Amino acid sequence: MLALSLGTLAAVAGRAEGVAVLGPADWAAVRFTLMQALLSAGLSVALAIPVARALARRRFPGRGLLITLLGAPFILPVIVAVIGLLAVFGRGGLVSQALASLGLGPIDIYGLEGVVLAHVFFNLPLATRLILQGWLAIPSERFRLAASLGFTPGDVTRHLERPMLRTVLPGAFLVIFLICMTSFAVALTLGGGPRATTVELAIYQAFRFEFDLGRAALLSLIQFALCAGAAVLAFGVTVSGAMGAGLDRPLARWDAGGYGPRLLDAAWVGLAALFLVLPLAMIVGRGLAGLADLPLSVWQAAGRSLAVALGSAALTLALALPLALAAVRLGGARGAAVQAAGTLSIAASPLVMGTGLFILLFPLADPVALALPVTALVNAAMSLPFALRALTPAVAEAETGFGRLADSLGMTGAARLRLVLWPRLRRPVGFTLGLSAALSMGDLGVIALFADPGQATLPLQLYRLMAAYRMEAAAGAALVLLALSLGLFWIFDRGGRTDAEA
Amino acid sequence: MRTPFLAAGILCATPALAEPPVLTVYTYDSFLSEWGPGPQVEAAFEAVCGCDLRFVAAGDGASLLARLRLEGTRTEADVVLGLDTNLTAAAAQTGLFAPHGIAVPALDLPVAWEDEIFLPYDWGYFTFVYDKTRLPEPPGSFEALIAAPDDLKIVIQDPRSSTPGLGLVMWVKAAYGARAPAIWEGLAPHVLTVTKGWSEAYGLFMDGEADMVLSYTTSPAYHLIAEDDDTKAAAAFAEGHYLQVEVAGRVASSDQPELAAQFLAFMLTDPFQSVIPTTNWMYPAVTPEAGLPDGFQTLIRPAAALLLSAEEAASLRDPALAEWRDALSR
Repeated sequence: MLALSLGTLAAVAGRAEGVAVLGPADWAAVRFTLMQALLSAGLSVALAIPVARALARRRFPGRGLLITLLGAPFILPVIVAVIGLLAVFGRGGLVSQALASLGLGPIDIYGLEGVVLAHVFFNLPLATRLILQGWLAIPSERFRLAASLGFTPGDVTRHLERPMLRTVLPGAFLVIFLICMTSFAVALTLGGGPRATTVELAIYQAFRFEFDLGRAALLSLIQFALCAGAAVLAFGVTVSGAMGAGLDRPLARWDAGGYGPRLLDAAWVGLAALFLVLPLAMIVGRGLAGLADLPLSVWQAAGRSLAVALGSAALTLALALPLALAAVRLGGARGAAVQAAGTLSIAASPLVMGTGLFILLFPLADPVALALPVTALVNAAMSLPFALRALTPAVAEAETGFGRLADSLGMTGAARLRLVLWPRLRRPVGFTLGLSAALSMGDLGVIALFADPGQATLPLQLYRLMAAYRMEAAAGAALVLLALSLGLFWIFDRGGRTDAEA
Repeated sequence: MRTPFLAAGILCATPALAEPPVLTVYTYDSFLSEWGPGPQVEAAFEAVCGCDLRFVAAGDGASLLARLRLEGTRTEADVVLGLDTNLTAAAAQTGLFAPHGIAVPALDLPVAWEDEIFLPYDWGYFTFVYDKTRLPEPPGSFEALIAAPDDLKIVIQDPRSSTPGLGLVMWVKAAYGARAPAIWEGLAPHVLTVTKGWSEAYGLFMDGEADMVLSYTTSPAYHLIAEDDDTKAAAAFAEGHYLQVEVAGRVASSDQPELAAQFLAFMLTDPFQSVIPTTNWMYPAVTPEAGLPDGFQTLIRPAAALLLSAEEAASLRDPALAEWRDALSR
């Protein structure tokens, strides 16, 4: 994995001519990138806590569906999500229209606020899911014990929830910070202009516009160093969980009764749902008209995208599970290093990774012929950090809770995996497969660097429709993409939760 | 004994006889998509060349050149199609291209064409496209746009990642020279946002986010011809409009130099040129015998065509870009 992220960077640097120097504009890009990433990640995580708490302690009709829909913004192609967001928050969007009927001018979200809004839209659901996993990992016996000891809600927070958050939040924050660090099209479109230049855009400019490979590699290295610094900090403040093991009984909460908490939870879930579902509904509404006369090639591209997504999901799990097991088994600093290595692949610029792979593959084989496998591989690398976030805590919990018993029974290898780990890994494995498949489905990624006419994936075909002025058909293709991504996510995620209540 | 030898002989000989030479053409993605000129051009050329024409896509014009530079002389490309005059100076400097070496027919370009390496295949004027129903009185110049109320919003593309975006920077530079920074400062309040590429900007405009979008004077022809929609129009600017001329060139290291030359000559004939207007939505470099399709007559014809030479464009690019960035970053 390191080879994929750093090796490709080295390949690009190796092709550079001369030493690169960074100008003031590059440093402005570095500052803007850091600021928007910190704001976006902080806000996403802060808002996700009450939403995740409400989802963890309430049962209501449609809860499962809502949790699935929470995956949607994150896996949408950028261009689709931005259009959905602007249909709600743009100058001609729903909010502006409502204001206009009150005699007020349209809202203007372009600028830092727009960038942060979009990043929260993308990442609030992910943060919610990651934090929700933490809540659901608290054994129900702890809440039973808390109730029998007469804990007040404040006591529950102090003794159960806050320690759990302490283990989950740094990782969730880090992952979202890293995603926002490499943001490019979102930051540019909603940032309102060159003020919102991120490092990723500077890399793009250096490579594509000036063909200055040295500067592209240097900028990429800076991006990497910033991300690595953030990773060290995040893992530094992480403490491992001490919730202990439970018997996987259904959860009942005695501490959150009464109208106050109920209303509060309902408000949080309602607001989050509205914020996330409204733009999605706009995408669906726009897409329905274009759905009728979609060209055959869009469906063929959808088929190719499905194949790439499934391959990428399998690859992600094949990479993530051994890494998670190794991280837990090694423990301590070495375990954290394994996790950090797996997390950093998200800090790699997709453009540098794609170009590096191109430089490496070109002398050996025809990169065009390998376009689809290479796309699946790069997508798997991009999903790995999320997979590790979901899998490692679950492996750790299972090993802490049942490892010694399993050791004393001499249980190793396949039996241990099946009897000890699997029951506790089902949920995160389903989540991992679903997320990586859906992410891969929506990623334009490296395919745009390699593709020949017959190999377009669905996101590439969507861009081609737009480039050919066919905006209505493109909206239809976006709807197909949304439906397929969500469908994949739902099937896997559901599969991991068949016998669980959550 | 004889049969196996015969069989082996046939097996070996067949591919050599059946496989025509392959001509590899690198182009930008939208050229070879099923809605672009690619499929029709491929069929028309293969009907006359006795060869296999293979299109390979690489992003857009700038990515195309970057790809070629990455591959160097080991590239499989015989022809590169889709650069423009902002890129030709850098492209020529790489030494990867060979003179086209063909007799050039009379070209229908608004400017004289003298380039020994690159040949134009189509062209268009940059402009701001607007919706007549939403903006009844569009501004008639950059000055008028600056003077318009601040809520008249335009959406443009980033010159660092988009061809039209760079075209606008060159347009302002060609029209105003040293005054370009002041023009950009005046335009800044009207710039709703800057997008990565043309598609994002045009999508925002079509969704009603902005009043005008940077595009081509030929864009309204798409809406008119393909959608029967005459509400889109191009604003005519008094300063004149900057040109984009799209060109192709032969790769020096090509193993099919004759076929490459044949393709470049074919590029300027009717079968290629007549496909351009309603697939690439640009003006053909040589007007087809049957003329332009109905609907093209309704398009605005700018009084003056602005175009910096390839050398000027190359030397002015970085300073003009810095002016753009500084004015819009405030």
